Amino acid sequence: MLAYYLDLARRSLARNVGLTILMILAIAFGVGASMTTMTVLHVLAQDPIPQKSHDLYNVQLEPRRMLGYQAGQEPPDQLTRLDAETLVRAGKAEHQAIMTGGQAAIEPGRTDLPPFFVDGRWTSADFFKMFDAPFVAGTAWSEDDDLHAARVAVIARELADKVFGSIDAIGKTIRVEGTDLRVIGVLDAWRPQPHFWDLNTGSFGKAELVFVPWSTSRELKLGHIGSVDCWAESSDSLALGASCVWVQFWVELHGAERVEAYRAYLEHYSDEQHRVGRYERPVNVKLRDVMEWLQYRKVVPSDVRLQTWIALGFLLVCLINTVGLLLTKFLRRSSEIGVRRALGASKRAIFVQLLVEAGAIGLIGGVLGLGLAWLGLFAVRHQPTSYAELAQLDLPMLAATFGLAMLTSLFAGLLPAWRGCQVTPAIQLKSH
Amino acid sequence: MHFFHILSTLRRHKTAAALIIIEIALTCGIVSNAVFLISDRLARTDRPSGVVEDELVDVRLTGIGTKSDAAAVTAQDLVALRALPGVKAVSSINMVPFGNSSWNTDGSRLKDDPNGVSVGQYMGQGIIETFGLRLVAGRDFQPGEYVEFAAAQANPSILSSVIITQAYATRLFHDENPLGKQLYLGGKEPQIIVGVIEQLTRPTDGDVAEPGSAGFAMILPIVLPFTGGGHYAVRLDPGQRDHFLATVDATLAKVDPSRIMLEHKTFGAIREGYFKQDRAMAYLLIGVSLALLLITALGVVGLASFWVQQRTRQIGIRRALGATRGNILRYFQLENFILATIGIALGMVLAYGINLWLMSKYAVPRLPAEVLPIGAVLLWVIGQIAVLGPAMRAATIPPAIATRSV
Repeated sequence: MLAYYLDLARRSLARNVGLTILMILAIAFGVGASMTTMTVLHVLAQDPIPQKSHDLYNVQLEPRRMLGYQAGQEPPDQLTRLDAETLVRAGKAEHQAIMTGGQAAIEPGRTDLPPFFVDGRWTSADFFKMFDAPFVAGTAWSEDDDLHAARVAVIARELADKVFGSIDAIGKTIRVEGTDLRVIGVLDAWRPQPHFWDLNTGSFGKAELVFVPWSTSRELKLGHIGSVDCWAESSDSLALGASCVWVQFWVELHGAERVEAYRAYLEHYSDEQHRVGRYERPVNVKLRDVMEWLQYRKVVPSDVRLQTWIALGFLLVCLINTVGLLLTKFLRRSSEIGVRRALGASKRAIFVQLLVEAGAIGLIGGVLGLGLAWLGLFAVRHQPTSYAELAQLDLPMLAATFGLAMLTSLFAGLLPAWRGCQVTPAIQLKSH
Repeated sequence: MHFFHILSTLRRHKTAAALIIIEIALTCGIVSNAVFLISDRLARTDRPSGVVEDELVDVRLTGIGTKSDAAAVTAQDLVALRALPGVKAVSSINMVPFGNSSWNTDGSRLKDDPNGVSVGQYMGQGIIETFGLRLVAGRDFQPGEYVEFAAAQANPSILSSVIITQAYATRLFHDENPLGKQLYLGGKEPQIIVGVIEQLTRPTDGDVAEPGSAGFAMILPIVLPFTGGGHYAVRLDPGQRDHFLATVDATLAKVDPSRIMLEHKTFGAIREGYFKQDRAMAYLLIGVSLALLLITALGVVGLASFWVQQRTRQIGIRRALGATRGNILRYFQLENFILATIGIALGMVLAYGINLWLMSKYAVPRLPAEVLPIGAVLLWVIGQIAVLGPAMRAATIPPAIATRSV
């Protein structure tokens, strides 16, 4: 039966090539535009570290003075250096990492390669464990290295290749901002997106290529990039006692009980700071896991959401257009339907037949739409945005595109097919 | 004339008529908002910087490690750059308009004011001349007012004077004369306003909630080493620009080779980079709007063709009864006009609703009423163009059709 309906659909569609092409293109463009924008939204809203995102928490404290206080305000996004260093030393979480972003000049010491700048991260030993950093050679530094500000570095494969010509860099020295550091680990290509642990250097930024112990970075006064917020005058905003927030602090906690225990610890810590007069505002502690943190910081650009809505609006117009065209097409065939009904076809059969025709249009439109989405994503990748290269069609989105196209066309076919099968055979036969 | 006649015909084709009305309404609603967003985005890209854009080049560089002789090297750099052909002025500064780093602070007439107004902080020597800014009141800094960067960092209160933009002056002092007034910038002591410049934008968009705050900027009399700012703003004769860009690296390397040249950009390139995304969004919206109008037009063509075909006999009878070709043509045109008008009326309500929703979610400004007629006229014109083909085909139906039974 289906084969017969398909044949009928083919004949019907071939009879009116212009109209058929119009309907197919309308669906294709609607689906293509929607899927392009939805794929971008999907990749930007994805979980950067799905295996652990519920166990990693960003810490926020409220260290500011009372001036300008408003009830219900969120604490700053980052910590003061003093708080972060105290918390990492206390070590009350299962793992904890203090960190900030920076840039450093690398001097390869080769005549063929002039000094160049790379992005870096100044952090503590647990960082690599917490964020599942993939080592191809060597290891992370130890807590002892943190304590003694050891002159060591972990570098990315890309940097090892560039400076040493291979990933075999363990034990070699690399000159960072004029100081020789011993390479103790090499990381494989690694770029979780969004760049969740520090959104101040761009939500979808480049990966860091050099990692240096926090204590070492402070001794060497390595540069800082990201945001610094101060609420009191200070000659050096990166100094230990400065009233400035610019440090990120992450902890790893398994289970609600430990999260609560750590929250209680942070509240206790804040209370204590209050007592000694360092904190002025009411205690305000926030622990957000990775996805909560990304949502709170609104990493998905609002332009991308806006584009998705525009595309869906466009799809809706395309859909209504196709409904209208299918309706006129089916009604135009009233006499043919009348004949089939008179020859014994049930309403149901007519309905299914018309739906098959609508489905065929959707299928072709969907395949075309998939192609257009692929083209659209190709165009997005050439856009001047930081997330451009992330715009790739993955398997779930491929399936979703196809589902959307089929759903769209069946939805578009439903009303016309229902109206079409209402044709009364007697009237149609009489009038012709 | 045909008005009631057409209405009664449409009543018999409720579903098809309703669909085309909905399509026109949706298109009108979306396109009106799109037209507004496009003009909003493109207007943003025209934001004035206040500086002589076609004469400026931004040279960025940085040192390696901590440098003790940065101030001396900077002074030598400036001398070397000024000696290059075509160069009119050079300043070592901390940021440039539309650049990717931004220094801001809160300023107020009062000490420790929690409601200070955010302002962009330019630092450097001779900025007014290098940027080509226009002083509208007061004076430029005198040589004795400049303070070394390190000293100003250790104690911001040693700065005695400041120059602010007219926009910022109006925001803080309204109609009062800002000259000689005190301005607190988070320090213990205030700075005195000695000059007002006509216009200078800060690198960022400013505060979204405060229109015009992108123009809130000031200049502090600070002598900045290249390690503090990293920007050399160079004002030069545009004709010498290519030669300058080709020789600047070597010139600076001759002064001190142990530095990394980051990039040099003409001001046009900086502006282009800053507004790239707005322009991309505007082009995308233009594309979507055109596609929507095209789809709607094709929908009108499809429906009208079907109606013409369906009413072939009816048209033949009307022709046989004396209706002219013009009558038939105008009948279909009027029919389309009625459908479009209902659709446009609904579409305007929809446009307003979409705008309200966008305002609540995406910080989009209110839709100005002038945009609505643009959407309406667009859809009327497109509807009339789309219906012309089928209507002319209808007009050519001969009266003899009436006598045939299809």
